[in-house]
Amino acid sequence: MADARFTVVGGGLAGLMTVIKLAEAGQKVDVFSIVPVKRSHSVCAQGGINGAVNTKGEGDHPDIHVKDTLRGGDFLAEQTSVKGMCYAAPGIIYLLDRMGVTFNRTPEGLLDFRRFGGTLYNRTAFAGATTGQQLLYALDEQVRRYEVQGLVQKYEYWEWLGTVRDEGGRCVGSVAMDLNTMEIRAFPAEAVMLATGGPGIIFGRSTNSVINTGTAAGRAYLEGATYANGEFVQVHPTSIPGEDKLRLMSESVRAEGGRVWVPKKKGDTRAPKDIPESERWHFLEEKYPKYGNLVPRDVATREIFHVCRDLGLGLGGKDGVYLDVTHIPAKVLDAKIKGVMEIYEKFVGEDPRVTPMVIFPGMHYSMGGLYVQFQPGKNLEPEPAHPKNQATTVPGLYAGGEVDHAYHGANRLGANSLLSCIYAGMIGGPAMVSYSKSSGQKAAAPKHFEAARKVWQERIEQLRKMEGPENPYRIARELGELMTENVTVVRTNDKLRKTIEKLAELKDRWKRVNALDSSNNANRSLSFVNQLWNMLELAHVIAKGALLRDESRGAHYKPDFSLPEPKTNDPREDPEWMKLWQIRHEKWAKTTLASYKEGEPQISYEDIPTPVLQPEPRWYA
Amino acid sequence: METRTAGGRTHVHFKIWRQETTDHEGRFEEFKVPYAKGANVISCLMEIQRNPVTAEGKRTTPVVWDSNCLEEVCGSCTVNINGRVRMACSSLVDHLAEPIVLEPLQKFPLVRDLAVDRSRMFDALKQVTAWLNIDGTHDLGPGPRQSQGDQAVMYVLSTCMTCACCLEACPQVQLGNAFMGAAAISQARLFNMNPSGKMNADDRLSGLMERGGVQDCGKAQNCVEVCPKEIPLTTSIAAMNREVTKLLFRRILSLDLPSARAAAGPG
Repeated sequence: MADARFTVVGGGLAGLMTVIKLAEAGQKVDVFSIVPVKRSHSVCAQGGINGAVNTKGEGDHPDIHVKDTLRGGDFLAEQTSVKGMCYAAPGIIYLLDRMGVTFNRTPEGLLDFRRFGGTLYNRTAFAGATTGQQLLYALDEQVRRYEVQGLVQKYEYWEWLGTVRDEGGRCVGSVAMDLNTMEIRAFPAEAVMLATGGPGIIFGRSTNSVINTGTAAGRAYLEGATYANGEFVQVHPTSIPGEDKLRLMSESVRAEGGRVWVPKKKGDTRAPKDIPESERWHFLEEKYPKYGNLVPRDVATREIFHVCRDLGLGLGGKDGVYLDVTHIPAKVLDAKIKGVMEIYEKFVGEDPRVTPMVIFPGMHYSMGGLYVQFQPGKNLEPEPAHPKNQATTVPGLYAGGEVDHAYHGANRLGANSLLSCIYAGMIGGPAMVSYSKSSGQKAAAPKHFEAARKVWQERIEQLRKMEGPENPYRIARELGELMTENVTVVRTNDKLRKTIEKLAELKDRWKRVNALDSSNNANRSLSFVNQLWNMLELAHVIAKGALLRDESRGAHYKPDFSLPEPKTNDPREDPEWMKLWQIRHEKWAKTTLASYKEGEPQISYEDIPTPVLQPEPRWYA
Repeated sequence: METRTAGGRTHVHFKIWRQETTDHEGRFEEFKVPYAKGANVISCLMEIQRNPVTAEGKRTTPVVWDSNCLEEVCGSCTVNINGRVRMACSSLVDHLAEPIVLEPLQKFPLVRDLAVDRSRMFDALKQVTAWLNIDGTHDLGPGPRQSQGDQAVMYVLSTCMTCACCLEACPQVQLGNAFMGAAAISQARLFNMNPSGKMNADDRLSGLMERGGVQDCGKAQNCVEVCPKEIPLTTSIAAMNREVTKLLFRRILSLDLPSARAAAGPG
């Protein structure tokens, strides 16, 4: 293994933790990233990272974290990986502390924790309201340390185009393109980790960064990797609508006491501060007295949608509700959530410490992703360093972070994403090393690399010559509007069918696209034309998965197929309802698997083993 | 983009620097972008992507620029707007005089149009060893306790997004010279404040004494004026200057030589 190198694609938390694990094991790593790794989308995470450290004397425990996570995801998550993640969480938070993350502190100097959605415990460690930024920087610093030691080679402004395979179909490397010189090269690797994040840009305006097109995941799917649970798309309840994107307004705002409300009277035109408390409707607190404003995201999002779209009580008759922190002292807000207060101030032009914020749900996160596997070990956690962990269905190709399907089921709990990214890297890196030792195959012949490089060189040259009438960015905008309108909060089969028809039209129009730029220097349009095709294919996977799943579960809500409201507060006390729940459960508590065949996603379903926790009805009232 | 008229305004006038490579001549191109309430410089550049036609009606290529998060935490989209360095995402067109002039950073090698190569900033982080020397990623329990006061100071320093505003505004930083600028100096301060980081404080100070180090600061104080995260960069520079001076004295008095330390024995 003297010349052995590993490839990690993506420089966010999952990618960089994989790099650190590989380098720590003495391996050499090539990291590919469309942007300098320090600018990856993980910086956008705000609220914090979960771990049942129990420093608040509440009796919190990793088992309760497991239960909250599985229940929050309505029992669609892969259970052994969730258990492993929750048990590793306190150690991960301590590791980040040792790496120098500037976590907020208690008066005694210990790590401070706050409460997030879908739990009743103070389990979320945080660095102001820019926790993702601080976590990413900590990993970036450790990777730089390994870079100086010569173990890590960064390829920044390089885009991953696809895999290189040997005769047996094993992934033996990648083809990538330098986005500045447009050079295309093949890179051999013992194993490849895709840590390329989510597909938010498929939905046009979302809380995601502009690089989150899902192109790498889409390409891996087209090359034979199975994609799972694509229809589970998290729409965050609180975002700031904008022309270019929907800016996230952290769940930590509600964790620190922020209240969601609308005026009780339709068409009330008074300024919010002139509306007395008795004339404000705190609809989340009223309906969910136990969890209040901190119900899980899918629940809060549906309630806000209902208030605005069905009841017509949105502010000014439009989409929008108040998120109010004006009752909290500005000093407290600045100590704990200054980062997001400033975002609102800068982009909206009003001070949220004085005037309630106006927010509306925005597409945020994909629970689904590339299908990955785990080897259950003792304690029902993933077996340490087993080559199967985080492995996709393509041998030698791994996936970790938002791009994998495993940890969050039908709905992700706030502050679990930073955790799942880091945990996936912690077990993915060692899995790749084990795989390279056990694969027992000779190094792939050079011809495979040259052939794969040539295929891409020709493909990119073809795209460069495209001179049709269609603008790729306009197609992308239409794709985003289509997906946001029909494949987010409320879904009907009628609209989903039309969406799939429209996607076929968009694909057809893509074939008449104009590359807009023939330059051989930093030609970003050319790269985008290639990405757009992968986005369209992945959109098809998401829409078809949504069409075929005739139930409501977590973020996937189909009113035509929802269970009725139970007659009792605790649904387990309503035997009639429990029968309906059981029928639904047996039919649909399954992982959606999409594989690419004959230009279409072929959808099948797989039972979910439940060795850690037996599913039960999920309710928060 | 939905076009609304605010005070009769239907379009926003842009003058944007276009230059394919450093071997090509650069020039300005003008654009009239439909006005939308709340629009920022990036949303207008995106509109040009969807309709790459100049104000004179000539077809052109989409503008090349760097951006990512669009909420001022990733540090990508730094450009000169109307002659002042700032983040394009948080520059709302309602707050800018027209024509809005966009030019690339001048202190960094040009990639194309508004995109530049800022790798000198990441190299500077290597020079000052801007990291903690952790023993490993295995579970070793929590790190040292820290006061809320120290955390508040370090947190602000840790929000530096390597955006390059401070370097662009600094008269001492020039294209091709070695001065690392305020960002890396402030990062050295961050790690030297950390309880574990203190153990290797001298390594970072040594980095600050090398070529392009803190001694090259001309105290113009432009950096602190333009930092979008309001990081007290001049305070960091002053603090590091003091520490570097102290280290120099210790070295001059030979108190810091390994042999002297060994001779002094434990404690």
